[in-house]
Amino acid sequence: MDKNARLGLLLATPTTLYVLLLIAAPVAMTVAYSFWTQEFVDVSRDFTLSNYQEVFADPLYRTLIFRSVRIAAMVTLLTVLLAYPVAYHIAFNVKKNKAMWLFLVTIPFWTSYLLRVFSWKLILAQNGVVNSALLWLGVIDTPIDTLLYNSEAVVVTLAHAWAPFAILPIFVSLEKIDRSLLEAAKDLGEGPVRTFLRVTLPLSIPGIIGASMIIFIPTVGDYVTPALVGGSDGAMVANMIQVQFGKANNWPLGAALALSAVVCVTSAACLLVLGLKLIERSLK
Amino acid sequence: MNRVVAVLSRIGRLLPTYAVLYIGFLYLPILLLPLFSFNDSKVLGFPLTGFTTKWYVSLAEQTALFDALKNSLIVAVVSAVVATSLGTLISRAITKHRYPLRRTSQTIVMAPLVMPEIIIAISLLIVFLGIGIGTTLFTVILAHSLLTIPFCVSIMTSAFGQFDDALEEAAVDLGETSWGALRRVTLPVVSPGIISSLLISFTVSFDEFILAFFLSGNSPTLPVYIWSQVRFPAKLPNVIALGSLLILISILFLLVAERFRRRSERFTQQPE
Repeated sequence: MDKNARLGLLLATPTTLYVLLLIAAPVAMTVAYSFWTQEFVDVSRDFTLSNYQEVFADPLYRTLIFRSVRIAAMVTLLTVLLAYPVAYHIAFNVKKNKAMWLFLVTIPFWTSYLLRVFSWKLILAQNGVVNSALLWLGVIDTPIDTLLYNSEAVVVTLAHAWAPFAILPIFVSLEKIDRSLLEAAKDLGEGPVRTFLRVTLPLSIPGIIGASMIIFIPTVGDYVTPALVGGSDGAMVANMIQVQFGKANNWPLGAALALSAVVCVTSAACLLVLGLKLIERSLK
Repeated sequence: MNRVVAVLSRIGRLLPTYAVLYIGFLYLPILLLPLFSFNDSKVLGFPLTGFTTKWYVSLAEQTALFDALKNSLIVAVVSAVVATSLGTLISRAITKHRYPLRRTSQTIVMAPLVMPEIIIAISLLIVFLGIGIGTTLFTVILAHSLLTIPFCVSIMTSAFGQFDDALEEAAVDLGETSWGALRRVTLPVVSPGIISSLLISFTVSFDEFILAFFLSGNSPTLPVYIWSQVRFPAKLPNVIALGSLLILISILFLLVAERFRRRSERFTQQPE
């Protein structure tokens, strides 16, 4: 190894080790825990699959995991659909001040997540923003009391919270597109819409994949939003994991629940990427 | 197909309006809190009843709040320094050196960004209690540095990536040692990036809830304190006032961070 490589290794090792130690070791411990059992105050370290059997046999846990994956998929879809035009506008229509637009998009993200979610409670409440606006416009006569505490409220709140994570990667992939390709399509007689469908959209799919992964995976593990605006119909798997680690004091079951959720998310994420790649190929 | 074309071209013309409305929508929740914080009623909802600053005044009486604030400041400052130092080291390696497993190390340090936070939280809880160090501010600091490292790495790889190597070579040619060139040429040039990284990781740590919720034990950080308060309707106006202040502080920090990030871009831009 030459001096350059040795120095590089020296500089990179502390950080890599820090992250590895704080991720790999804890996750390994969680895996071990998921095969143990809780016996009153002690944990029995005999290998068993009973936690996983419970997770998959009990309809409550199954429902929570599937609901979490479904909510995360809906959040991903909604966020990407709503954010794509904004990213497109910044990449192609904004000439000066692109950085300022992107900065404006990210500001809300950096302010307290807890308080933003809480604020959605105020927006969707019976005397909240939505109901007041609808009453004032004369669309409804009595406030709608079903806006809060269901999975739709969770989806809307999360689609709002994750917006910058959709806009930024999609913007980057749109910005990278060689503008001469668009000129060429125009010269060959394609209209703006067909150029978009056959050149721009397929070339931006990597950005869509990136955005989807950044949104989908963490969303499955969200805790705050379902706890504040979800009610019992919008509860997600993270809330149950917290119950097992807190009140129920059954860490092995909580660990098995967490890992089962991770496996489901990973498989769903792979399917998502595969689907998007197929779309990409069919468009080209 | 022709229908799709017609619809899309109509959408195309509405694009600027849509973009502005959407960004306005992003600001809706954070504008709502200050609005309610000056409302003279314990009920959070419309219609607004009158202007008051009493919720801000009564914040001063909450001693538990100041303890939580102190905890948050300690955690945010220490983890920002730790994460920025670690992030700067590896960013320098990634941008300037060809070493074995370079891509792998880069993937590893970005991993905390795509892991569900609840999984990181319970895994760390299991280990910290397992090895007997318990849950304290120290464990929150470890977790927050882990979480903020990816942010620091992306800011610093960009700062180092735009740095013109010729400057460092020139310094060495003029008689600096390579350490001297690093300290007296490279670091000053990338320092706006370092400041931006410190501010961003401070902001992330200061706002972080789930990791602190699991790992802070008997020393709650500010978000954990807020979480304990939102359950009591009587406390809500106070929480809203506190929240408005926090949002204001976060935005101020961001504006400063953005200024430094831009200055870093200007400093390090290579001539065309």
